[in-house]
Amino acid sequence: MTTRLLGAVAAVALLAACSNTDQNANAGGAGAGANTVRPGSQEDLVANVGDRVLFGFDSSQISADQRPILQRQSEWMGRYPDVRVQVEGHTDERGTREYNLALGQRRANAARDVLVASGVNGARISTISYGKDRPSALGSDESAWAQNRRAVTVVQ
Amino acid sequence: MNPFSSFAATRRRVLIGAGAGLVAPGIVAAPLSSAYAQGAVIDITRARTDPIPVAIPDLAGDSRGRDIARVIQANLRNSGLFRPVDRQAFIQTPEAAAQTPRFQDWRVIGAQALVTGRVVEQGGQLRVEFRLWDVLPETQLQGTAFTAPAANWRRIAHLISDVIYERLLGEKGYFDTRVVYVSETGPRDRRVRRLAIMDQDGENHRMLTDGRFAALTPRFHPSAERIAFMSYQDRGQPRVVLFDIGSGSQQVLGNFPGMTLSPRFSPDGRSVVLSSTRGGDANIFVVDLGSRRERQLTSGGGLDVSPCFSPDGSQIVFNSDRGGDQQLYVMDAGGGGVRRISFGSGRYATPVWSPRGDLIAFTRFGRGGFAIGVMRPDGSGERILSEGWQMEGPTFAPNGRVLMFFRESRATDSRGGGYSSRIASIDIAGFNERPVPTPTDASDPAWSPLLS
Repeated sequence: MTTRLLGAVAAVALLAACSNTDQNANAGGAGAGANTVRPGSQEDLVANVGDRVLFGFDSSQISADQRPILQRQSEWMGRYPDVRVQVEGHTDERGTREYNLALGQRRANAARDVLVASGVNGARISTISYGKDRPSALGSDESAWAQNRRAVTVVQ
Repeated sequence: MNPFSSFAATRRRVLIGAGAGLVAPGIVAAPLSSAYAQGAVIDITRARTDPIPVAIPDLAGDSRGRDIARVIQANLRNSGLFRPVDRQAFIQTPEAAAQTPRFQDWRVIGAQALVTGRVVEQGGQLRVEFRLWDVLPETQLQGTAFTAPAANWRRIAHLISDVIYERLLGEKGYFDTRVVYVSETGPRDRRVRRLAIMDQDGENHRMLTDGRFAALTPRFHPSAERIAFMSYQDRGQPRVVLFDIGSGSQQVLGNFPGMTLSPRFSPDGRSVVLSSTRGGDANIFVVDLGSRRERQLTSGGGLDVSPCFSPDGSQIVFNSDRGGDQQLYVMDAGGGGVRRISFGSGRYATPVWSPRGDLIAFTRFGRGGFAIGVMRPDGSGERILSEGWQMEGPTFAPNGRVLMFFRESRATDSRGGGYSSRIASIDIAGFNERPVPTPTDASDPAWSPLLS
């Protein structure tokens, strides 16, 4: 029993380490110094705004806690009017490939619609789906799946 | 000239043994003398639990005879319906058996059927004479001579295997076929996905695309000469693309505003049914390959994907979440008369209609994991064939007796270590699951029709 508990703790520690090393994973990465980040760049978006929103299982609803991220993205795009973005929709691995391609597209669209509703010109936003085929977290557990159900805004 | 405009099935259908004829490019089949018995000699339902013992000595005359015999043995053994008799037990030599079988020698080692033959190579051409014997009544069931370029010796072995299967079981075989699939290499977040093609037994493997763009969900045209697949071929939307195997030429299908995915050819080869996204929805369209006209078939307000025609072309089965989660629906080929056919617990996906018309294979998944199963087209008689952590994408052999699908194993660490994706085959009764060998990880298998 003790060893099993230890094993579970060790697994959590590894996951945390992994998401810190994933460049695109989260806003506010410790290494993103203001001096090195070009305003209006992807690094800027990742470090100071947040480049992604997460979804529930088989859902494309933008939840209340994720909506502010898109609103910040919208404000950020307002500051850099020449920036064009592509919103990538992704799913976790627990589904079939073809359905997940469509679900990823639906998520990308949902994120795009919030950006447009927040004032971004739709012509500046394209969308694409990668379905389950480009995971951000590479494990096969709930934590990885939660990170992979995402729409990521990528500066073009 | 649009190379894809004349999609009418051009496949030659020449009955082996019915007379001399061109079986496949460069392969000629001719009947050998001696009358043979009519009809199947062995009941396939009995064979299900009791594989037919078949003796397949090396074909005489040329060293290639040994290779051909080995391919036939592997085909028949892998089908699960035959048991090649151990060659160590053979009493009569292959050379003598090719002259005149001494049936008592084969009866005593338990063989019910005997395959004999002779190979002659001359000027780069192989002539392969083959005879199939019913050991107990001591009669010849089949005698055929194949002539082909020597490089095509595997095709001849597969053709002979199909003749044996058909003569002994009473239905067509599936050995002279190919499989196109997605070869996967590299780490999971930067996976390189290429189309690859191979014979059904994994031989003659080659890559069709170079990995500069991701390729997904390939499907064969009824001619087996063309493929439709989904391609991330440029920075724009992923598209359904038509691919000519012989020339390698590619062509985007249709003029849709959004992503197109999950293509399948109609049974007559004249159109492709696919899914196209617009806004947050995905709907099913059929594209005529001659006129390139698109016709929308569904507008259900959900994600409608994975359409597949019935073999008579009159109906389409597809996957939709219009009712809340993924289920299977059947509609008329024109888009009317939609009815749900899946009602078990969990979600259903990737429906594919058997070439025999009698079954629809699917992926089913829920809390317990994933499964491959079959049901009748009205949704009755559901049977689960194989279960696992994750599996999907069934594809039928042309005789509807065997499925391939792909099975994934879960990552065991946070870097994706331990993850794999491999193709497996299983018969529609749920027996004889076996891995299909591929040089890399593999997904999305599609089984071709018979090549001749």
